[in-house]
Amino acid sequence: MLLIHCPYCEEERPELEFRGAGDAHILRPTNIADISDEEFEAFFFLRDNVKGLVYERWRHIHGCGRFFNAARDTVSDKFVTTYKAGLPRPDLSPAPKATETTVETYEATEGVAG
Amino acid sequence: MRKYSVFAVAREALRGHTGWEPQWASPEPRKEYDVIIIGAGGHGLGTAYYLAKEHGITNIAVLEKGWLGGGNTGRNTTIIRSNYLYDESAALYNHALKLWDGLSQELNYNVMFSPRGVMMLAHNIHDMQGFKRTIHANRLNGVDNEWLTPEQAKEYCPPLDISRSARYPIVGAALQRKGGTARHDAVAWGYARGASDRGVHIIQNCEVTGIRRNPDGSVAGVETTRGPINAKKVGVVAAGHTSVVMQMADIRMPLLSFPLQAMVSEPVKPIFPCVVMSNTVHAYISQSDKGELVIGAGTDQYQSYSQTGGLHIITHTLDAICELFPMFTRMKMMRSWGGIVDVTPDRSPILAKTPVKGLYVNCGWGTGGFKATPGSAHVFAHTIARDEPHPINAPFTMERFRTGRLIDEAAAAAVAH
Repeated sequence: MLLIHCPYCEEERPELEFRGAGDAHILRPTNIADISDEEFEAFFFLRDNVKGLVYERWRHIHGCGRFFNAARDTVSDKFVTTYKAGLPRPDLSPAPKATETTVETYEATEGVAG
Repeated sequence: MRKYSVFAVAREALRGHTGWEPQWASPEPRKEYDVIIIGAGGHGLGTAYYLAKEHGITNIAVLEKGWLGGGNTGRNTTIIRSNYLYDESAALYNHALKLWDGLSQELNYNVMFSPRGVMMLAHNIHDMQGFKRTIHANRLNGVDNEWLTPEQAKEYCPPLDISRSARYPIVGAALQRKGGTARHDAVAWGYARGASDRGVHIIQNCEVTGIRRNPDGSVAGVETTRGPINAKKVGVVAAGHTSVVMQMADIRMPLLSFPLQAMVSEPVKPIFPCVVMSNTVHAYISQSDKGELVIGAGTDQYQSYSQTGGLHIITHTLDAICELFPMFTRMKMMRSWGGIVDVTPDRSPILAKTPVKGLYVNCGWGTGGFKATPGSAHVFAHTIARDEPHPINAPFTMERFRTGRLIDEAAAAAVAH
């Protein structure tokens, strides 16, 4: 189970309190009746399904009830950050991407134990 | 290839089992093939097998980034059935079911197909109405499926508790007698052996890193971790990684990848005679020939390539199993695992040509692709060989998400499957 930081409650809570809501930063066209079938397909059905960093919506449904966005690595399932709805996509390019061969050690994530 | 038979077993018993051959060759890749299949799971190996056997195309490579049958082919719960609601789905899955019957003889390889029956439990009036509708649709399509009263269900599957006081009372069941299970690894191995015998190259530990294109946009071959390989036709059968591979040809797919989990218990003596599914409480269970209870759980709510999944997903399923079958509450679960399944918006697969000439895709089987393996491979081979779909897979295009002609099994079953 994932631990997810709600940017509104400012608390890390278990995944059971949250509902995943798919890709973030997808704008519904304001002229939805006028767009072509190709444009509707791209908006509604096609997804990048990235292996790596994804930006996605979550809802703290059993908490504050609010939607927010998260950046998460789909290989390690690790949350890089969460941020409030309406904020732009954070630039996380320098962050190292986890791979299937990444081995997470205590020292790497927590520092050398004093 | 030496045929497997009772005489071969007797001969090898006398010779101390020194005469068995490797089941498939592991050759060095050539510079060029007629067809490249990306992904050596059941669907990919089966496609190569039927291309060689029925279409006379033997200059084929099946490229696999890991090991043969190590993805979802080796991670599913081995259930086989064809009782789908819509005509298109019924035709596709029943095509597969007909091929399952006789597949061991066809491949000269025991895939242990066991048509022991697949029973779907109805717990309320909605289940009852939904199942009866499906049963009538199935019968019109020539698909075996019948309605059982609780007493008839109990007679077919004695471990069921049909008392009115059960936590999830059983008000009836839909039974597909021709459904059942098969040995999943043997399906991959059997197709691999049959394909290799016909000259197909199976190349493991060879990851595709790019799709090469001609100036006119058509497929020229692939880049791999073992160098470039040319081919005029490339079939992508990469399950959870389909989006990643198709991205190499600049195609966005209507797919999301999720972890799907399953588990097995300690092995016990025969106790469970058939496959039982309950969509309402989300549990399905059967017993392998080795004696383990094989239990399938659901997908996580978030997309992922992690091949693990959350613990609460499997405990949720075990809660349901224990409520349905209290006698299993003290069973120990021995192993659990996850596979990455590629899910389409309408929960039906895509078996089709793509906008790129020479590139074909077989994907979107979601949480229930194993049952379709022979049928999917058979019609996909036809699609690649003839450059046009078989009538059975013609509706399963990519374009249906543009035209709106969906095959909405998600709505039909109200559960991922």
